[in-house]
Amino acid sequence: MTARRIVYTLVFLAVAVPLLLGIRARVKPSPPVKAAYEAIEALPESSLVLIGIDFGPSTMPEMNPMYEALLEHLFRRNLRVAVLSLQSALDLPNGIQVLEKVARRFGKRYGVDYANLGYKPGLEAVIVSLGQEIRDIFPEDAQGHPLDSLPMFRGVHNYNDIALVIDLASGGTYGSWIQFAQARFGVKLLVGVTAVMGPETYPYLQSRQLVGMLAGLKGAAEYETLIQRPGLASRGMPAQAVVHLLIILFILYGNWGFWKQWRR
Amino acid sequence: MKRTGPFVLSVVIGLWILVAFFVKPLRGAQQTLLLWYTIVGAFALVVGLINLIQSHLRNLQRGQNVPYSLILLFGFFGTLAVGIYAFFQGNAFDPYSPLMWVYGYVLAPLQSTMFSLLAFFLASAAFRAFRIRNMEALLLLLAAVIVMLGRIPWTEHTFAGITEWIMAIPNLAAQRGIQIGVALGAIGMALRILFGLERPYLR
Repeated sequence: MTARRIVYTLVFLAVAVPLLLGIRARVKPSPPVKAAYEAIEALPESSLVLIGIDFGPSTMPEMNPMYEALLEHLFRRNLRVAVLSLQSALDLPNGIQVLEKVARRFGKRYGVDYANLGYKPGLEAVIVSLGQEIRDIFPEDAQGHPLDSLPMFRGVHNYNDIALVIDLASGGTYGSWIQFAQARFGVKLLVGVTAVMGPETYPYLQSRQLVGMLAGLKGAAEYETLIQRPGLASRGMPAQAVVHLLIILFILYGNWGFWKQWRR
Repeated sequence: MKRTGPFVLSVVIGLWILVAFFVKPLRGAQQTLLLWYTIVGAFALVVGLINLIQSHLRNLQRGQNVPYSLILLFGFFGTLAVGIYAFFQGNAFDPYSPLMWVYGYVLAPLQSTMFSLLAFFLASAAFRAFRIRNMEALLLLLAAVIVMLGRIPWTEHTFAGITEWIMAIPNLAAQRGIQIGVALGAIGMALRILFGLERPYLR
């Protein structure tokens, strides 16, 4: 068995065994996740929250848990939720399925408590237009209902009427939201990103252009802890943690071998 | 004219879209131009698809990589057929439509699997790459190990503080430097394209 095969086999076991045994682990919420939770807690009841679904099937296992946890919190607080996608039309179907699932659990009604605005190309232009009049860019929802026929959009015209924007991104869309919605219109913005993207959001957290940030499965697990509803992320964390430990052991082993070679 | 026409068109449309962000009366035309951009993009997609199908049909004729080409062609035409069927049923994007079944049970698991393979490559790469050859490598390794320990539920209570410090101070400083550099580079390149000093679209 070559070294690579041994590594792959150990990684496979490190992922599979904790999942199969159903090991649980408590996580400690980090400051960016706590800030995200507090930002939602501070919103007045029935405020409108806009969620950008900008992640595709490849990052679903990492992003869906945080999306579900956020929706759970939003619906629990009786906030209205509108979703849209600005990255790819392929991002929305999964987003809608999760939205419908959580909305059903809370007995929420389409058009009253939540809505799907659909996919719209032209990222920056759409974000800027939302600052003027939402009907200019979304005269109707994804199912073809005029926006004026949906009760939840009564009196909603632009960012002044949107309490919070959440961008769940596996790419650079959150940067456009920062540049064109936050910097220009002062929109309250929260992001959920993949774990590898987490470090690049810190400058925006420090400048307070982001009110909070969830990164990867860990961010989702922290959020589940805060809303006291362990879900997919909390179940996946032990597997991720064991793989992290394994990687640390691999690094130490690799350096031990390197040191032995150097001494010879 | 063959080169001047596309060049003038690109400069005028590029400047129009840029200026329209700041001048409201130009915004209607900006939206129309973005719509045209989507339509032109769709045509480019069709050209790409035709090329892809031709390439795999050629593979079948020559007997090269036959199983892979067969899977691709079957996947392509199968999804297309399901999509057209769902479209005429009027429920293409309904969560329980056949097209969404393909999305949920074929596309999503395939893409997730491809992405999850990263864990294997990452473990293998870490084993080889994090060798302490010099001081910089040692610092990188220490930072990586501490951040990983700070992300593990069983060790985070000890390492969470220092992990958050690494993320909020050294990481932030490096990220900000990189982002400012990238932004300046992007502005420079955008201006060069807008004013015709770079013309990649004419190549």
